[in-house]
Amino acid sequence: MHLLEGQGVTRQFGGLTAVSDVDFYVDQGEIVGLIGPNGAGKTTLFNLISAALKPKPGKIFYKERDITPLPAYKICRMGIARTFQTVKIFPNVPVLRNVMVGSLFGTGRRISSAEAQSKAEEALEFVELSSVKDLPAGDLTLAQQKRLELARALASDPELLLLDELMAGLTPTEVTEAMEAITQIRSRGVTVVMIEHVMQAIMKISDRIIVLDYGKKIAEGTPAEMAANPQVIEVYLGEECDA
Amino acid sequence: MGTNTFTKTKGLSLGLLLVVFVFLAVLPTLTQGYLTVLLTDILKFVILTVGWMMFAGPTGYISLATGAFYGLGFYMAAVFNGPLPFAVVIIIAGVAAFVVALLVGALTLRLRAAYFCIFTFALVLLIQSVVMEVERIVTQTRGRFVETETIEAAYWAMFIVAVATLLAAYLIRRSRHGLALQSIGEYEEAAAHSGINIVRTKIVTFAVGSLFMGMAGAIIATRRAYIDPGIAFSMNNTFLPVLMAMFGGMTNLIGPVIGAAVFTYIGEILLTRFPDLYMLIFGVVLILAIVFMPNGIVGLVQDVWRKLRGGRRAPA
Repeated sequence: MHLLEGQGVTRQFGGLTAVSDVDFYVDQGEIVGLIGPNGAGKTTLFNLISAALKPKPGKIFYKERDITPLPAYKICRMGIARTFQTVKIFPNVPVLRNVMVGSLFGTGRRISSAEAQSKAEEALEFVELSSVKDLPAGDLTLAQQKRLELARALASDPELLLLDELMAGLTPTEVTEAMEAITQIRSRGVTVVMIEHVMQAIMKISDRIIVLDYGKKIAEGTPAEMAANPQVIEVYLGEECDA
Repeated sequence: MGTNTFTKTKGLSLGLLLVVFVFLAVLPTLTQGYLTVLLTDILKFVILTVGWMMFAGPTGYISLATGAFYGLGFYMAAVFNGPLPFAVVIIIAGVAAFVVALLVGALTLRLRAAYFCIFTFALVLLIQSVVMEVERIVTQTRGRFVETETIEAAYWAMFIVAVATLLAAYLIRRSRHGLALQSIGEYEEAAAHSGINIVRTKIVTFAVGSLFMGMAGAIIATRRAYIDPGIAFSMNNTFLPVLMAMFGGMTNLIGPVIGAAVFTYIGEILLTRFPDLYMLIFGVVLILAIVFMPNGIVGLVQDVWRKLRGGRRAPA
């Protein structure tokens, strides 16, 4: 049984098919990399899983339950947390309270304020933001805001974590730190799906990689297999040339 | 917000609050007539403004339906006051406004802010027209008579409801519900993906604010012997609270209270001294307030205070 499974997931925007008939699965305890050129439909797929958008047609199952009709807040409470490609924090709310939103509302059970706070502090400790926990979140640097989003997601006790370009714009040192953090999150029993353009990172820590191009899944396998896959190389070299 | 630095000020303002509370509680026994009536009116606008801001403040959704819930209270008083005790009538009016707000909220709060604003505006007109038609067909009258209460009874009722409104607003702000509201206001999408039931949070808050508006309406109605849809659903009760909140400042609860008090008083003076220029001067005052006090009176005072103190808050 898969932790998460998508069947024929499709989503169109006007005439553009952003995600086209994609079948995918994620197993418990994996780190799955989701890669592909810009506009390949990676973020749209995340939006479909987290119910920001609904697949038309297609179905998504979590722990064998059809979660396609559920609203976003229920998806989160069931244990699927996410971060965003462009950070979405609550800028005028102090950092700690930002994270407490995750622990108060996202865990799916009634939780005391004290417990929510200690959970939030623990998450801030993990992303090394404890020292700025009383600042308004909008005062943080972009890299810090990304870690804040991660803390908020972690505070909701996820079993599955969707990371949308967590490493974009980070320095090489920060990328290494982020990789360590993700490996640690997995060792706590959290399954991770990550969208990433930082190839060395995704190749190193993913157990399995899914490649999207023009909304279609074109390949899937271990990092080594993907690195040798001619179709994947073509897609990526094409993009490198443009860039 | 720098709780340590301000504990002393907090204690001071708490004491001040107590003095004001006691003063307002015993006021009708000290004075009679005009001052009590004026304060009843001020308290009414405090209720409408704070009730409106409970929802609009954190979420940024501008509701223009205040007059609808307030007017509903008028009609509850017209129907039930007399047969039922005054206190029960006030509660009925509150519950009626709450229920209607739940229904309206369920229909409209999925809309984005701008559409919500327009719809709520139309709601006042809609309810007014419906009431007018129903009266024409069923009772074949234009207005109704309301069983009156004394000036003092109305004042005390308004005072109790105003305290309840402020208390509710204060508790909501401090609670997890308040945090949910604020995060919805700051980034709705992120709030949803962090497990907040956005629609329910918005609807419930909207309805709680409306409850107090209905109560205020029922109380004022008992001071008017005669009401009709034009009086009950007057646009003033929709727009003035919005302006009062902007005028006073929306960052905390003192703002709308000051805004309501100052605005009502200015309005009273203008209306008695310059009845023809009332609206004109009012408009000029408001424009000046928006231009020079974008965060309201309270924001202005805070800015001045901060400048005097020489930037106590650490730079970001």
